[in-house]
Amino acid sequence: MKFSDNFEARFADMLTHYPTKRSVLVPTLLYAQDEVGCLSDEVVHEIASRLELTELDVRNVISYYSMLTTKPRGKYNVQVCTNIACMLRGGEELLEHCEKRLGIGHKGTTPDKQFSLEEVECIGACSWAPAVQVNYDFYENLTPEKLDQVLEGYKQSG
Amino acid sequence: MATLVSHPDEVKVVSKRFGKGATAIGRYLELDGYKAVQKALTMAPDDIITMVKDSGLRGRGGAGFNTGMKWSFVPKQSSKPKYVLCNGDESEPGTCKDRLIFEHDPHSVIEGVMIAALAVGSQKGYIYIRGEYRYLSVIMQQALRDAYARGFLGKNIFGSGRDLDIYWHGGAGAYEVGEESALMESLEGKRGIPRIRPPFPAVVGLWGGPTVINNAETLASVPHIILGGAQWYAGLGPAKNGGTRLFCLAGHLNRPGVYELPMGYNLKKMIYEVGGGIPNGKKLKAVVPGGSSTPVLLENEIDISMDFDSVMKAGSMLGSGGVVVLDESTCIVKFALRTMKFYQHESCGWCIPCREGTDWLKKTLIRFHNGGGVKKDIDNMQYLSENMLGRTFCPLGDAAAMPMIAFVKKFRKEFEDHLEGRPCPFEKEGRVEELPVLTH
Repeated sequence: MKFSDNFEARFADMLTHYPTKRSVLVPTLLYAQDEVGCLSDEVVHEIASRLELTELDVRNVISYYSMLTTKPRGKYNVQVCTNIACMLRGGEELLEHCEKRLGIGHKGTTPDKQFSLEEVECIGACSWAPAVQVNYDFYENLTPEKLDQVLEGYKQSG
Repeated sequence: MATLVSHPDEVKVVSKRFGKGATAIGRYLELDGYKAVQKALTMAPDDIITMVKDSGLRGRGGAGFNTGMKWSFVPKQSSKPKYVLCNGDESEPGTCKDRLIFEHDPHSVIEGVMIAALAVGSQKGYIYIRGEYRYLSVIMQQALRDAYARGFLGKNIFGSGRDLDIYWHGGAGAYEVGEESALMESLEGKRGIPRIRPPFPAVVGLWGGPTVINNAETLASVPHIILGGAQWYAGLGPAKNGGTRLFCLAGHLNRPGVYELPMGYNLKKMIYEVGGGIPNGKKLKAVVPGGSSTPVLLENEIDISMDFDSVMKAGSMLGSGGVVVLDESTCIVKFALRTMKFYQHESCGWCIPCREGTDWLKKTLIRFHNGGGVKKDIDNMQYLSENMLGRTFCPLGDAAAMPMIAFVKKFRKEFEDHLEGRPCPFEKEGRVEELPVLTH
């Protein structure tokens, strides 16, 4: 299967960094997921064969890491932190706000596949709580109104 | 991008280049960058170790072990390659300091890894950054490319005749991987299941080779010690607690933020002066002093020095520097529930006391918080937690048990107030969790 040139360059480079091929597995899976949308059967097969692992080895690793998924998510994955620091400053209210606005729950995806929602554990934004990550972008010191603007921006950009 | 704050009481060491454009290697060099490693290249490895040992630098990830001492455990001779591994899998709830270091001063981490490698005779280092911090991985990868381009890394670094490679590595979402043995498993491309110890990583680590593992803030402190000297660094804090610390002030505060304060700074002052006190005229209820795994302190227990030994004496831990402040409107049962929900989610399931213990605690707390608790639950939660302590491969079990024991011991009355279907005194309306529960 075909990945981007960027992916291939990074993959080839990373293989030279470790004494074992397997060591590139975790970051490689995440980069592959970013390109394909999820770790489909095809991706699992491809990565396993490149690294001389069984598909089971790869699936065992996928199931351990919370960011890795075998099911497609929406284009924009809205990850709301409700862990202690965010909870104290309104993280749960943000989650409820997102649930209402997007009409989906934890790990749900909107019918148009634009948004997914996830309640996540601490994302390292405790001093700027409450915080949300949309894909890899951080949004901090949020209120439901500010979050609305963020989500509207993504909605507009399609 | 996280907002920077400052306070007159700050002593900027690790944070001295924050906001100064030091991600660019040229700027980093202008700000004394890569001078420490060049000095270290002229020093005997044992002298570097002694210097770091004497500086009183202790692990900033949470355990607080003397860094120089840790380095000294690496065998001088080894048939297998030695490694240095920087732990940037920052995930302890309440902690957001390594993020700022990677964002504003990535070269200081690289330089710290280089010095550690020189001290223990390693030629390979890895900087592991959690998967959620993708933008920081981008910054770090660029910083490494810049360091290679200048000849600071690779073959014959700084013309010294020594070779040293440092690589970036990324995670994909797992708190437990912040534990050193699980971190190595993850870097080797596996599930982050902890390894039994001994042997310790200093003797048998990555791919069986001796490995030094330090937190990103710890390593970023090292160049400053090499340049400023052990005595200077040790003198910034109380005895055996050298230097400064990035304290992440979070929760119910007027001015939350990451502040670099000397070790031993008074916790009460940190909350009321640096953090600006509690918003809306509310009273302080409790403080979690060092990340979610550290036992909660009451309002009358916070007039203490924030160093490893003093916080330990006060019955908690300095931990990872995440200070979470709770005002009087916080329901401790709910706070305990959110904490246990986290540990239950993150337990890898390898050790039964942790896997079953965190799950039972979470389920009991959900039922309890929703008014379905019985008196015996309170003792059971304490008993269960006490029996998790010390019975697992890695400290995740302890990390869940320690705060739980403190919640029950220090807030028994509040737990009792939730009994027999009485509504949670703090909630306007009950938030219903996934388990079937009694209504409020």
